[in-house]
Amino acid sequence: MSDLNNENKNMPEKNNETGKNLSGDSDKNNKPGMSRRTVVKALAGLPVLGLFGHQLLKKRNYDLEKREAIVKELGLDKIELPASNYGSGSNPGDLIRVGIIGYGSRAHSLARSLGFMHPDEVKSRNEQGTLKEWLDQEYLNVALTGICDVFDQHTENGLAVAENYIRPGGQNAPKLPVKSYRHYHEMLDDKDIDAVIIATPDHHHGQMTIDAAKAGKHIYCEKSVANTEDEINQLYSAVKNSGVVYQLGHQITQNVIYQQARELIKRDMLGKVTLVQTTSNRNTSHGAWVRHLNSQGNPKPGNAKSIDWKQWLGNAPYTPFSINRYYNWTLYFDYATGLIGQLYTHEFDAMNQILNLGIPKSVTSSGGIYFWKDGRDMADMLHIVSEYPERDLTLLYSGNLSSSRGRGRIIMGNDGSMEIGNNIMINADRNSSRYRKGIESGLIDPGSPMISYNPGAGQIDAVTSATERYYASRGLTTTTINGRRVDVTHLHLREWINCIRDGSTPSVNIDVAFDEGMACVMAHRAYVEKRVVQWDKVNKKIV
Amino acid sequence: MRETSFTKVQLSSLLLLRFLVGWHILYEGAAKVINPQWTSLDFLEESQWILSGFSNWIISNPNVLSAVDFLNTWGLVAIGLGIITGLFFKAAALAGALLIFIYYLNSPPLIGMEYALPSDGHNLVVDKNLIEVAALIILALFSTSKIFGLDAFISNFKRKDKLLNE
Repeated sequence: MSDLNNENKNMPEKNNETGKNLSGDSDKNNKPGMSRRTVVKALAGLPVLGLFGHQLLKKRNYDLEKREAIVKELGLDKIELPASNYGSGSNPGDLIRVGIIGYGSRAHSLARSLGFMHPDEVKSRNEQGTLKEWLDQEYLNVALTGICDVFDQHTENGLAVAENYIRPGGQNAPKLPVKSYRHYHEMLDDKDIDAVIIATPDHHHGQMTIDAAKAGKHIYCEKSVANTEDEINQLYSAVKNSGVVYQLGHQITQNVIYQQARELIKRDMLGKVTLVQTTSNRNTSHGAWVRHLNSQGNPKPGNAKSIDWKQWLGNAPYTPFSINRYYNWTLYFDYATGLIGQLYTHEFDAMNQILNLGIPKSVTSSGGIYFWKDGRDMADMLHIVSEYPERDLTLLYSGNLSSSRGRGRIIMGNDGSMEIGNNIMINADRNSSRYRKGIESGLIDPGSPMISYNPGAGQIDAVTSATERYYASRGLTTTTINGRRVDVTHLHLREWINCIRDGSTPSVNIDVAFDEGMACVMAHRAYVEKRVVQWDKVNKKIV
Repeated sequence: MRETSFTKVQLSSLLLLRFLVGWHILYEGAAKVINPQWTSLDFLEESQWILSGFSNWIISNPNVLSAVDFLNTWGLVAIGLGIITGLFFKAAALAGALLIFIYYLNSPPLIGMEYALPSDGHNLVVDKNLIEVAALIILALFSTSKIFGLDAFISNFKRKDKLLNE
C-alpha cells in the first residue's frame, strides 16, 4: 500500500476519468482532510440502505395488512385462549402418593413425565446436556411410593426410578419409602397410596380400574379403556359411584393447538364439516409391535420363573408361558384390540376432543394381515368408517404398518379444510362460497394455507410459506407453553393431579372415556365379526 | 493488486455486486429479526455431511440454540450493513463468506444427500450459497469500500495520523 500511496502522491485530484485503484487514495491529494467529492463517494452505501429500509417497511406493512385483512375477514381477531399457569411456580398443593401398576416401558415414560427418572437415564441425559430441560419440568408434589409388576426385573427398575432423588423439586421433595407389590390388590389395600397409574397390558385395564375405583384410589389409566363392552359398562359405574378422579391416558389433546383447533372450528371457518380423516402409517418392526428382541437383536429378559404368568394372564384364556406373548401382547386379541386399541384410540380421541363426536351410530371395519405374517391377530391394514348421521358426518380412519408415508389428520368442510399435526393449517376450499370474494381478489390462495397456528409463537400467522406445511406433519410429543417446550404426557398427568386436589374434571374423564372406549370396541367388533356394528342409543348397547 | 486500475464500468460492476450481496444478507437478517417465530432449528435438523454432529449438539441444547439464533440473526444484519455501507468492509465480507460457507456445509447439494426442505432451484455440488461465498471473497479482495464506503473515513483518519507522526 505504501508504494501505491507514493505513486499517487503527485497525481492530480481529478485524474480518475481513466482509471482507479481500490485503495481509495486515487482521488485524494496528499493533504490531510477529504474533499467534498470524496466524502460523497464514501457515503455511496447510504442511499442503498435507505432504499432497503423503505422496501423493508413496505414489505412489513404489506404482510401485516394482509394478515390483518384475513384475520378480520375470518373473524379471528377476537380469539382469546385462557392463559396457562404452567410453570408459574405456584404452590402445587398437598402431596399425593402414587403407585404404578405394571412397570414396563410405558410406565417408565409416565414416571419420567411425573418427575421420576432412572439413575442410568439421568447419567446419559447429563452427558447429552438434556437433563436440565427435564429438571425444569414443573414440580407436581407427587411421591412415587408403590411399584407393582409381575416381573421382578421390572419392579426393581421401578424402585430405582422412584428412589432416585435427582428430580424436579430437588432435595426438598419428600423422601418417602417406596414399596413393591407382587399383586395389585395389595397396592389397592394400602392406605399409603392415594392414586394409581395403570400401565399394564390392555386386558387388565377393565378389572383394575373397577377394583381401584372400589378401593377409592384415583386412576390414571393408559389407553385402551377396556377391551369389552361389559368391562366398560362396569368400570363406568364403578368410577361414577366412587367419586375418584379418572383420567384416560390420551395425552395428545394437551397440545395447546387442540384448544385452538376447537376455537377455529367453533367459528365455522370450515363450513359444514362432513368428513374427518385420520391416519397412522408406520413401517418398522417396533412400530408393528414386534418387541421381544432388544436393540442388539437378542431376546429380552424374562422366563417362566421370573414372570408370574398366571397373574399376567389374569382373566385371559390360558396359554402356556410365551415370551413372545409377554412382550408382544398387543398382537393378540386375547389381550388387546390391535391397531384400534393402540393407535385408533388416540386418533379418535383427538377428533372427539375437537368435534365432540361421541359414540358413532354405526361402524364398519375392514382390512387384514397383509404384511406382518408372523402369526399375529392384529390387522396391519385397517380401515374404520364411523357414521354420525345426526351430524351428517363420517369419521374415516386408515392405518397401515408397512408404509411410513404421512397422510395427516384432516377435517374437511365445504369452505375449507384443517390439517392438524404439530401445528394447524387451514386451507380455503377453492370452490368455497364463503371465501369466494377473498379468493377472487387474491387475498386468499386456496393452494397454500390461509391460516396456520404455531403454538411456539402464540399467535395466528395468516401468511405462511410452503415449508411450514411440511413441519405440520411432525409428531406430537411436546407442545409449547409460555415459550417453553413441555412434554404433553407431563401436562396430562399434571391435569389429573390437579383435579385430584381441587375436585375438578380432567379432559379425558370417565364420560369421555366411556364414549371413546365404546367407539373402539365397536370398531374392533366390526373387524372381528365382519359386520356393521350399531350403537343403540336408547339402551346404551352395541347391537 | 498494487497495479490494479479499474475503468468506471468495472468499478460500477463491483459496486453493484457489493450492493446486491449486501442487500440479500441484510434482508436475511432483518427477516429473522422481524419474525419472532424464526429459529434455526428446522435448518439444523436437516443438517447432513460433516457438520451434522455439530448441528445436533446445537439442537440438543436449548440455550446454545437460542444463542446461535441470536448470533446468526444479528450477525447477518451486521454483515449486511457493513457490506452496503462499506464499514469494516473486508471483515464483514469475509465473515459473511464464512457464515454462508457454514450454511453450505450443513446442506451441500452433493450426490446422495437428500433434504426434506425444498431447495432453491436445482443444484449439484454448487448452489447459490457457494456462489455467494465466492462473490464475497472476490468483493473482499477487490474492496471498493475505501472509495465508496465509510472505510474511506477510517483510512483518511489513519493517513492523517501517519502524516502527523511523520
